[in-house]
Amino acid sequence: MDIEIPYNVEERKDTGLYNSKLGIWLFLASEIMLFGALFSSYIILRSGDPLPFLTGQAKLNVPLATLNTAVLILSSVTFVMSWVSLKLKDISKFKFYMGITLLCSVLFLVIKYFEYESKLSNGYTPSYNNFYAVYFTITGLHAIHIIGGIIVNAYFWIPGLKMWKTEPERFTNRIEVAGLYWHFVDLVWIFVFPSIYLL
Amino acid sequence: MSQDSHKESFISKYIFSIDHKWIGIQYGITSLFFLLFGFILMMIMRYQLAYNVNTGLEQDLISPDMYNALGAMHGTIMVFLGVVPMVVGAFGNYLVPLQVGAPDMAFPKLNMASYWLYFVGGVIMLASFFVPDQLPAHSGWTSYVPLATLSSGPGQTFWLCGMFFLIASSLLGSTNIIVTIVQLRVEGLTWMRLPFFIWTQLVTSFLLLLAFPPLQAAAIFQLCDRLIGTGFFDPYAGGSVLLYQHLFWFLAHPEVYVLILPALGIVAEIIANNIRKPLWGYKSMVYSSIWLGFMSFIVWAHHMFLTGMGTTMSSFFMITTMIISIPSVVILSALFLSLWGGKIRFNTPMLFALSFLPMFGIGGLTGLPLGLATADIHLHDTYYVIGHFHYVVAPGTIFAIFAGIYFWFPKISGKTMNETLGKLHFWGSLVCMNGIFMPMFLQGLTGLSRRMANGGYDYAHAKDVLYLNEIMSISAFALFAFQLLFIFNFFWTLFRKRYETETDTNPWQSTTIDWTDTTSPPLGHGNFDVIPTVYRGAYEYSVEGHNKDYYPQTEE
Repeated sequence: MDIEIPYNVEERKDTGLYNSKLGIWLFLASEIMLFGALFSSYIILRSGDPLPFLTGQAKLNVPLATLNTAVLILSSVTFVMSWVSLKLKDISKFKFYMGITLLCSVLFLVIKYFEYESKLSNGYTPSYNNFYAVYFTITGLHAIHIIGGIIVNAYFWIPGLKMWKTEPERFTNRIEVAGLYWHFVDLVWIFVFPSIYLL
Repeated sequence: MSQDSHKESFISKYIFSIDHKWIGIQYGITSLFFLLFGFILMMIMRYQLAYNVNTGLEQDLISPDMYNALGAMHGTIMVFLGVVPMVVGAFGNYLVPLQVGAPDMAFPKLNMASYWLYFVGGVIMLASFFVPDQLPAHSGWTSYVPLATLSSGPGQTFWLCGMFFLIASSLLGSTNIIVTIVQLRVEGLTWMRLPFFIWTQLVTSFLLLLAFPPLQAAAIFQLCDRLIGTGFFDPYAGGSVLLYQHLFWFLAHPEVYVLILPALGIVAEIIANNIRKPLWGYKSMVYSSIWLGFMSFIVWAHHMFLTGMGTTMSSFFMITTMIISIPSVVILSALFLSLWGGKIRFNTPMLFALSFLPMFGIGGLTGLPLGLATADIHLHDTYYVIGHFHYVVAPGTIFAIFAGIYFWFPKISGKTMNETLGKLHFWGSLVCMNGIFMPMFLQGLTGLSRRMANGGYDYAHAKDVLYLNEIMSISAFALFAFQLLFIFNFFWTLFRKRYETETDTNPWQSTTIDWTDTTSPPLGHGNFDVIPTVYRGAYEYSVEGHNKDYYPQTEE
């Protein structure tokens, strides 16, 4: 690109933001509306016909989901560490922490796979009843968000890293923005876990 | 910052362009095509209503199912592929960076992605017409369940997939517009110095950003219901039919304001320019549009008074609906009052902008009885409703679109469209639009239902108003004839040589940055040779003691 967009890297004084930081917050606002609609629908469907939800919930694997919660929170912590390492200009530590983040995200999906597998192999498909419809739709959409995050983070881990040499500040911004997204995905799970598995 | 130094290839310049101006033009061309396409679908329906069923010849041009499909696709195409991409995609993309003094949108590549997602969504919608022996979506543009879940063929699935692309496109587009307005305003362009058009784009983008996701959720649920047999909306499986309607209207009511707010912005720009004095009550207009945007999220269930959701809910939404009419009236009144004492120039864009005011007024005021649950019992799902929202969108928003095209055509091409043809187009369209939609109120008040392939031919109570069907259809065909003038004028002006008199880059003598600080047509990618600085508000016309009757925002 030949032209230079103002405030692409540096902050604008009166807003205190660079462009992509505002962009990601707006995107997350939109995501909140999406998951908000999903959770509202869950509440409406459950209050309309509670029985399949109560029986279905009893069959969910709470220990596995708890483990998954811990894995995801750990990945968020290591993500922050990787961003802090960039701020401290320590590129090898960045690689290390980002690697752990990726490892945790993949681990989350593996655990998720075993959870899905045990449901589907016993005939509890989304069409079995509305509890499983809600369960698979919400956790499935969340898993798609995890996959999207893995793709982006993996890009920054190896191929995208070359930007660090030419534009370190812009690269740090990218990690911050990706981190905001990752924390959001984590936060969604923190709502999913109690509302679907526990309550 | 100025023109590109290197030569761009044809593909990167004209197809996968990242220049907001060209993307705006791409949006404009595509959505004008869809507007014409949606209009043609409607003319087939009107032919059916006037000449096939009323005569009792039983030689229907189209089957009732096909009639439903045309109706559903007419609504979908006009709203999601025609008007919104035109007012936000085309006008927003082209004008927002120019009016805030930015070299481009904040995220040029996302901007390109947004156009191409819209394009793919449009192609999917069009493709559903060409599935052999199958109809496109035929469950109304609202796709209510259980009708849509159970509808035959792949049409509804196409519709849902197309919507996913359109939702993604509007997400990227609206994020881009908001960030551009918030971050890329040039020095001195404070919030209260922004042109009103920019404010309406900002509010509209927030509506798109926050209202579309619930429809996405609804579309995901409906797709699951159709394809993998879940029961989200199936009462037999413990699902909720009303849930779909709530999710749908949570989008679709703010969507109404997405259709109308940018139109108000366009009209405000053109009126201020052609009365040669400041807008009356600029600040109240700004606050009203914000208020309008906020309120539009809590009025959705006034579309659902007759669903049995209960009187408590109805009362709440009735009250919020009455409240939301206030800011609309404030904006419209401010525009009317602005005319007082102005030296009005009656050129083509101004004529369209002026007639927008009473037309939108009729559309808005006829909405009030629909917002009252008691009156709605009689009027719900009749032709009265069709008349009401078409007054808002057709002689309302579409007139604003025409006004905008005539007004900014010199900006985009450097050439002004023919005035005589433009005025003919205007008067013809004005008469025909009213010829189509005014009789709908009469039909609706007698209780004639919408969405009937035979136009109410076998309804005893509709006997006295059936003759209107032919008047409406003839008006529709005549309206098409007048659009040919516009199409001719558009292409003829585009391809003719520039007159020697057309050297002025600011032919309307406007104050805003888009006219004063860029050439017409603007420079290549980057827009500005020198980054402008803003010293005053957007509408400083006829300032006392100034040598011209307009005082550009960037003049010290």
